[in-house]
Amino acid sequence: MVNINFMIGGEAGQGVQSAGHVLSKVLARGGYHVFADQDYESRVRGGHSFFRVRASDAEARAISEPVDVLIAMDKESIDLHQKEMTKQGIIIFDGDKIKDTAKSKSLFSVPLERIALESGKNKLMVNTVALGAALALASYDKQILSNVILEYFGAGEVGKENVAAITAGYDYVKANFKNEFSHKLTPLGNGKRMLLSGNEAIALGALAAGCKFMAAYPMTPATSIMEYLANKGKDLGIVVVQPEDEIAAINMIIGASFAGVRSLTATSGGGFCLMVEGLGLAGMTETPIVVVLAQRAGPAIGLPTRTEQADLEFAIHTSHGEFPRAVLAPATVEDAFWLTVKAFNLAEKYQTPVILITDQYLASSYATADKFDLSQVTIDRGLLLSREELAKLGEYKRHQVTESGISPRAIPLEGGALVVTDSDEHNEEGHLIEDAETRTAQMLKRLRKMEGLRKDIAEPRVYGAAQPEITLLGWGSTYGAMREAVDLVMKDGLAINLVHLSEIWPFPVEAAARDLQEAKKIIAVENNATAQLAHLLRAETGYQVTGKILKFDGRPISPAYILKQLKQEVR
Amino acid sequence: MVKIADYAGGPSAWCPGCGNFGILIAVKRALVELDIEPYRVLMVSGIGQAGKLPHYTKGNILNVLHGRTLPPATAAKIVNPELVVIAIGGDGDGYGEGGNHFLHALRRNHDVTYLVHNNQVYGLTKGQASPTSDQGFVTKTTPQGASTPVYPLALAIADEGSFVARGFAGDSEHLAGLIKAGIQHKGFALIDILQPCVTFNHKNTYAWYRERVYKLDESNYDPTNKIAAFEKAQEWGDKIPIGIIYRKPRATFEERMPALSKGPLVRQKIDPTQVEKLLKDFI
Repeated sequence: MVNINFMIGGEAGQGVQSAGHVLSKVLARGGYHVFADQDYESRVRGGHSFFRVRASDAEARAISEPVDVLIAMDKESIDLHQKEMTKQGIIIFDGDKIKDTAKSKSLFSVPLERIALESGKNKLMVNTVALGAALALASYDKQILSNVILEYFGAGEVGKENVAAITAGYDYVKANFKNEFSHKLTPLGNGKRMLLSGNEAIALGALAAGCKFMAAYPMTPATSIMEYLANKGKDLGIVVVQPEDEIAAINMIIGASFAGVRSLTATSGGGFCLMVEGLGLAGMTETPIVVVLAQRAGPAIGLPTRTEQADLEFAIHTSHGEFPRAVLAPATVEDAFWLTVKAFNLAEKYQTPVILITDQYLASSYATADKFDLSQVTIDRGLLLSREELAKLGEYKRHQVTESGISPRAIPLEGGALVVTDSDEHNEEGHLIEDAETRTAQMLKRLRKMEGLRKDIAEPRVYGAAQPEITLLGWGSTYGAMREAVDLVMKDGLAINLVHLSEIWPFPVEAAARDLQEAKKIIAVENNATAQLAHLLRAETGYQVTGKILKFDGRPISPAYILKQLKQEVR
Repeated sequence: MVKIADYAGGPSAWCPGCGNFGILIAVKRALVELDIEPYRVLMVSGIGQAGKLPHYTKGNILNVLHGRTLPPATAAKIVNPELVVIAIGGDGDGYGEGGNHFLHALRRNHDVTYLVHNNQVYGLTKGQASPTSDQGFVTKTTPQGASTPVYPLALAIADEGSFVARGFAGDSEHLAGLIKAGIQHKGFALIDILQPCVTFNHKNTYAWYRERVYKLDESNYDPTNKIAAFEKAQEWGDKIPIGIIYRKPRATFEERMPALSKGPLVRQKIDPTQVEKLLKDFI
């Protein structure tokens, strides 16, 4: 098996992110499975950031910590990450610029700035030179580098200069690096996979689902969804509004949805806090909306650029009063795409809010995935009446009491019927009321939608040993790490499996109980401090976890972290 | 032809003599005179006595949260510019709880008509001071007297509101004319309406207003003059102007959205295969 982990470290503003993205793309183009994540501070310049890129000839589902090649753009990157290097690992750095490094056979100086100035006349290209150097270590195909660089920077002057820079870096290493580097990355042929982030997958999912309106206020790590969609207006017929705050955002998408189009907002915990009352408005007025909650470490401003899974119970209980909702938590970039499509379908079918809960790790990590098969996208707009159906109906009641709880929906102006709804409790016609009987009938009607919704929630993913001694229980973005951990433990001969939820609310009570009834030890794996899914499991099924592997330092859970903690849990 | 009877609504829960009745008559009259059928109208209202107005007439109705009238109203207009969108709220709703939305809807210039029933007091919660209560106005929650009020019209002019007007609930005919002009205006039309509250505001009464209000005559007042408009917007005391205070048409938000060049979003087809070309960017 071929697996190589690259890391690019440096200050914000040194091109760490763009170099990491290009490197990921170059490796994906060579047919490798890629998983890449970003770690950065909440600042525009300076500080320390890094971008990890893992390339493998097998599926790469998570980050992997030991570093084979470190591109150190500054001394701090060496100091911080030297201890993470594998035995044969190489640190590429610019010895002209970074002095006083401890002696180590892993350090390999490449005069990055000098090469950048000589080859491209621009010292901003040091990151490109470094990429060439790193890929030369693995004897990667030079042509792929040039192709990707030209796509990334364009075929003009900038593109040509970058090709010259990457080639010069590559050639320098080929001429000067005399030691044996253990990893060789030979292109594998199939370079047809997509490379995309969780947020990009959500944005594409929204477009495929026919989302026509988005209102959102910029907030890390959700912002790149609106940035992607904002300039797709003309071709794909979507309007993206950046309003004054998150309160406006959620109330805008309610208005847009009431007027007849699929509508989206995206935010992180703090912004979601401001959306609380609006979410209830969507529930009360039975207006379909999709809200992406890209979690970051809280409470309050917390760790703005870092990951956490601490908003699950908040998402399930957001807003006062009781009303139906769905909470979906994608595990992977593929999931992010397909669950976004599903979120729009569920929202319209049940005329209620759907929350798509992700986190910084999934939102801004890049992964390879087979191209999404758009022929599999189905659009279910639910009980949406046409002009003809409304004409036949005669009298239209927006909140008609039905057995399923779902009332036929009409679009103002387009259907001809008057559509009336109210944030106050209302009667079938949508006018405000206060009497106990109507209130009870409308409450029961809305809550009946939960029964249908529950049937549309997928069962947990189960993977691993058939007769497990240990069962890992998790949700959302930790799936990849859990799955790799299961594989590693099984290799050691221990019977282990995982039960993972991507569709959490309404809670799949029967399926989860069935999947866990034989479990001897259930260990919750969650990127939070209180094991929120474990709590939910106990509330919904009565099952109790026997152990917890938690992490709440703002950093993602890796397979190695699970293994290390597992040893303590089962010793 | 649309008739007043077409706009007949349910029974009202307002106090007898409430200024809201004059506003309701003016709204109906404006819509009838413009020959707009109820199914083409979307009324979005907030919470407060003003927020109940749509229920007492006819149209598509979205009664939303306190202070949140403008975001859904403006978004609905983006989705379907053929809807006649009227946002309705009170002074607490629009200038207090929803003040931020007010500033930014003006700036973006959505083609929505916004009626603010300004009675300078909270009615639904029974008589507390509002953002527009006169300075010194004593209530249970402001025993030391209210602070200086906001000047919504001046705020709107500072924010380049493209249509800024003030009406009086005690003069339905004049008010109906303003609402008509607001609906016909391409862009955000603010109509702040002086509305006596017969139960909780014993200072700013019908009689108090009648002694003070005067109509701006367009023959000797130029509503395109921003400096003059600022002065009129802050004229409050012995004389209070009503009419169009400031008018300066400019491109609406909807006109600037490329996605709307192919017609209302609500009529644009959903086609997942359109995304195929985007997927290629990621390979």
